Amino acid sequence: MLDIRNLEKTFNAKRAVQGVSFTLEKGTVLGFLGPNGAGKSTTMRMIAGVLEPDSGDALIDGKSIVENRRAAQAALGYLPEGAPLYDDMTPPEFLTFMAAARKIERGQRKDAVERAIADARINTVSGQKIGSLSKGYRRRVGLAGAILHDPPVLLLDEPTDGLDPNQKRAVRALIARMAPQKAILISTHTLTEVPAMCTRAIVVDRGRIVADGTPDELARKSEDGTLESAFTRLTDQAEANAE
Amino acid sequence: MNVLQDQLGGFGATYRRELSAYFATPMAYVFLAVFLLALGVFTWEAGRFFDTGSADLSTFFVWHPWLYMIFLPALAMRLWADERSAGTDELLLSLPLGMPGLVLGKLCAAWTVAAVGLVLTFPMWITVNFLGEPDNAAILLTYLVSLLMAGAYLSIGSAVSALTGSQVTAFVISVVIAFAFTAAGWPIVLSTVKNLFGPATADLVAQFSFLTQFEGAQRGVLEFRAVMFFLGFTAFWAVLNGLWASRQRLG
Repeated sequence: MLDIRNLEKTFNAKRAVQGVSFTLEKGTVLGFLGPNGAGKSTTMRMIAGVLEPDSGDALIDGKSIVENRRAAQAALGYLPEGAPLYDDMTPPEFLTFMAAARKIERGQRKDAVERAIADARINTVSGQKIGSLSKGYRRRVGLAGAILHDPPVLLLDEPTDGLDPNQKRAVRALIARMAPQKAILISTHTLTEVPAMCTRAIVVDRGRIVADGTPDELARKSEDGTLESAFTRLTDQAEANAE
Repeated sequence: MNVLQDQLGGFGATYRRELSAYFATPMAYVFLAVFLLALGVFTWEAGRFFDTGSADLSTFFVWHPWLYMIFLPALAMRLWADERSAGTDELLLSLPLGMPGLVLGKLCAAWTVAAVGLVLTFPMWITVNFLGEPDNAAILLTYLVSLLMAGAYLSIGSAVSALTGSQVTAFVISVVIAFAFTAAGWPIVLSTVKNLFGPATADLVAQFSFLTQFEGAQRGVLEFRAVMFFLGFTAFWAVLNGLWASRQRLG
């Protein structure tokens, strides 16, 4: 459902992403891990069509983000890093705007908005302006915007960052509910969440993939068998190799 | 037809979103109040509306370019700069929308607020009709050309707003550009240009001035040339706007 082919991006002199390729099937929740500045967000922004890759391509549900951007974007739900939203709108207003922008038929917009509000559990804050919401609710409004049109591929950039444990559990539960029907790519640097949320994990460092496997397989790459030391080892090693 | 639908797809959604953003915050109300106040002060005090002794709105319309020059960049400055500073441009660019639809949706929302401002000057029109018998067809025509001119000023502000994440920077640069296109028709500027570069150059400069283009309409004369100028000018800056906003995708 998601086919990433050799994506590359250079900013000025910095090679942010250097040939990232992988494929993602329906029913997979892929954890996209890596230290800050490893190229996670840049890769996600290229897949979302926000940033043009220097070379390479991403096929979303078979449609190329380079050749056929709008069709590819239509098959994608994207939660950008930090969940940017229009602060002057209420969640239903924002979702109605998204529904119109997503070209959901006028008669079905109300249903789609109500379903997304119920799925993201944000009905209690429907009357408030987004600008006055807590971080957790903002994330969930962003998530509601991403799942509004029921896309086959979801791209979530740090969906649980800055949430309290209860909010994290709620987001994880939502992702687990949607998982069987979709291909989901989640970037995170909170490693403890990976086994609970993801069926597969990719570690990137300095714009390259350094490991790919189930969370268990990754954890076995370290001496003490934890994901955290595996992560440190993989990303440190890459750093050592580069020098 | 399909291409057109594809490119303009986001127009309706963007237009409604931007228009509601103007009225969800005090922005539109403050703009309308101060704009109307300034227009009133200039017409009655500086323009000496009552002392002209004729029942027309020439002392009212003569201030339009100058007030637009300051006020319309203030209305347009948030259109793109605000998206960038709030990070919502990322969300917008991830939607399956064409750039022309986004640019025109935003521009038309600001244009609508400006149109509301013009409509709210109706007491001026009632006053001249009360005082005498003005040529109402001519007044309507001047209003319409003024609205076209407002679109031209807004297109500068919107395009410049796509270049920066700072609304203040966008405002200042837009006012400078708007000033250049307004003042180009000022007699002082034109006589200086004439002395320096000769009458042909002065003529050319005057062609690109909003003051010159608006002159005929102020007298109630419909000039096809002026209408084409304002529409063409707006289209030109809208294209620049789209190009500058698309630069985001390059990183």
